[in-house]
Amino acid sequence: MNSRDRILGRVRRALADVPPHDGSYEEAVPRNYLREHGKRTLQETVDLLAENLADYRAIVHRTDTADLPHLITRLLAAHGSTEMLVPPELPASWTAAADPVRIHDRAELTPERMDRVASVVTGCAVAIAETGTLVLDGSPDQGRRRISLIPDHHICVVRVPSQVVASVPQALERLDPTSPLTWISGPSATSDIELNRVEGVHGPRTLEVILLDD
Amino acid sequence: MSGTFVGMPAFPEAARTAVDDPTLRGNLRHATHTIRAKRASAVAELADWAELREAGRRIKDHTLRHLDRFLEQLEASVTAAGGTVHWAEDAEEANRIVAALVKETGESEVVKVKSMATQEIGLNEALQAEGIRAYETDLAELIVQLGKDRPSHILVPAIHRNRGEIRDIFTHEMAAWGRPAPEDLTDTPADLAEAARLHLREKFLRAKVGISGANFMVAETGTLVVVESEGNGRMCLTLPQTLISVVGIEKIVPTWRDLEVFLQTLPRSSTAERMNPYTSMWTGTSDEDGPRAFHLVLLDNGRTDTLADQIGRQALRCIRCSACLNVCPVYERAGGHAYGSVYPGPIGAILTPQLRGTASEIDASLPYASSLCGACYEVCPVAIDIPEVLVHLRERIVQGGPAVRHGNKVVLRPARGHAAERAAMRAAAWAFGHPGALRTGQRLAARSRRLHPRTLPGPGRAWSATRDLPAMPAEPFRDWWQRTHGGKDAK
Ligand code: SF4
Repeated sequence: MNSRDRILGRVRRALADVPPHDGSYEEAVPRNYLREHGKRTLQETVDLLAENLADYRAIVHRTDTADLPHLITRLLAAHGSTEMLVPPELPASWTAAADPVRIHDRAELTPERMDRVASVVTGCAVAIAETGTLVLDGSPDQGRRRISLIPDHHICVVRVPSQVVASVPQALERLDPTSPLTWISGPSATSDIELNRVEGVHGPRTLEVILLDD
Repeated sequence: MSGTFVGMPAFPEAARTAVDDPTLRGNLRHATHTIRAKRASAVAELADWAELREAGRRIKDHTLRHLDRFLEQLEASVTAAGGTVHWAEDAEEANRIVAALVKETGESEVVKVKSMATQEIGLNEALQAEGIRAYETDLAELIVQLGKDRPSHILVPAIHRNRGEIRDIFTHEMAAWGRPAPEDLTDTPADLAEAARLHLREKFLRAKVGISGANFMVAETGTLVVVESEGNGRMCLTLPQTLISVVGIEKIVPTWRDLEVFLQTLPRSSTAERMNPYTSMWTGTSDEDGPRAFHLVLLDNGRTDTLADQIGRQALRCIRCSACLNVCPVYERAGGHAYGSVYPGPIGAILTPQLRGTASEIDASLPYASSLCGACYEVCPVAIDIPEVLVHLRERIVQGGPAVRHGNKVVLRPARGHAAERAAMRAAAWAFGHPGALRTGQRLAARSRRLHPRTLPGPGRAWSATRDLPAMPAEPFRDWWQRTHGGKDAK
């Protein structure tokens, strides 16, 4: 007998008290918790997202399609970035006005090379208002997980209101578990030193979120 | 279990050392009080907290009651997604599997993201014996590793170190492990974090093998979830070519949807945040993005023994949020090290004696490391009735009885040298059976204080005799008992 069979055998013996008809999973778990907390208009949900993002020290900007390229250009310049990482299918118009050299994410790009790039610009899959969370799912406008991790400055564009949901349950409904997912709530942080929250350990220390009107 | 701290003194003695250390006491008090208040307000934001907590309890209970089925389902979905599943009966087997997997890659270094399971099995030491160096990358774990120290809190393992001590550890020890600390390192938290960032970055960028645990495993999809703050988890999960995750078999949830409960309750209970900075979810392997090889090592190591105990098995619902530590008056004074295992505080007091039995003096004394005030139960996001399990374990130690060890049925003999507890438990058992008498009888109420640390019997006495614990918890023991058990026992 191998370890797998031994462990499963132990589990079955340990559960000898559980009757064969123990009720279905659906019956066993009540789902009477809320689908979202409070009633809000779309606009109010977007406002809540902005508020909660800022509360966890992301820097929030709001803009429209016409101004977006200029805003991105200004943010990169303010950060002093000479290069920026971009995922394979970031809309070209977004960075059309930007000066920094575009470094396209490709399989050959080493982590060491990425580490020398100051900024990264990505889209996102879903944003959660109640928790101030951005979810990236590796779609072509977001790229591999590592590109939003290694550079110290992450600019993330969220289309509002279409990409915004109110709550965690609503976000999970929209996401595909087979994609690699990264949930981001504010810049990297630690509370390991006397429980003081310090921004920035290993992930980007500056997170700028652009809420782009659809 | 090789995670045991060898030669660890029994709880009361270890606790005495800790309470005599004013720095440790100060650090702990500050830390636990801060997080306690924050947690309360994070929880208060959700009007449906009680419903979420109940759903979390039911999800975990149902999973445990059908664990064999969900384990097989998980194995199938992880395999279908490109992962490889391994099964480890105990610490030794898990360590052997991991060491062999690392050697297959030809590497002699691994980066690790904080994981209770790998601490429990003593993985770093086992790898070292095989010539493999494991680098801890969580800031607190780094402080612990560089300081040749032991973790003292589930979530903030270096909670017992203040900033001055951390600066000294970094200054003296970093060079031996890689990039040295900056010469003029100050003790401001931002500078210390920056030093850790620089020290670890070179390790992340060149790492070929990453080792992690997981907070959740979804049976229907094969998805693993790691919840973290710093980004070291993301580094370990995405940059290496090979990822090895060591996860206890109880970490399963049946469906993708179940995450909607725990991703709301876990961050608020642990770091008191609406959401922690980073959560990673991956399902097997994906082309180009992340590790090419993914290995999941499913760990038993006493969990099936725990599952066999109908009262004790609820400890396996634990999602390791550490809320129970932060509210525990005993933990606050004794410190995490006194518990002699990687699981400190109230959860450690019920989990450790079940995972590794009560043969050693410290493990037998753990169920007494509590005032039964019930605060841990109140805050637990999966409603583990820790006092109930503590009383049950005390009973088993004092009176002996049937149990399962290493998969075999055994009959435990009453612990020798526990005469005092035997007496206390007999009295308590009588009182538990007659809650009316407990409520009205002054003398019996006084006797129930024997379960309170002010006058802990037996192993507790040495520890509690000199301590200034609160006279009575906010909710007296008998009220707690009445509220939680009175109804069903009075019949
Ligand atoms: S027992 Fe409950 S409160 Fe304690 S760590 Fe586990 S889940 Fe959290």
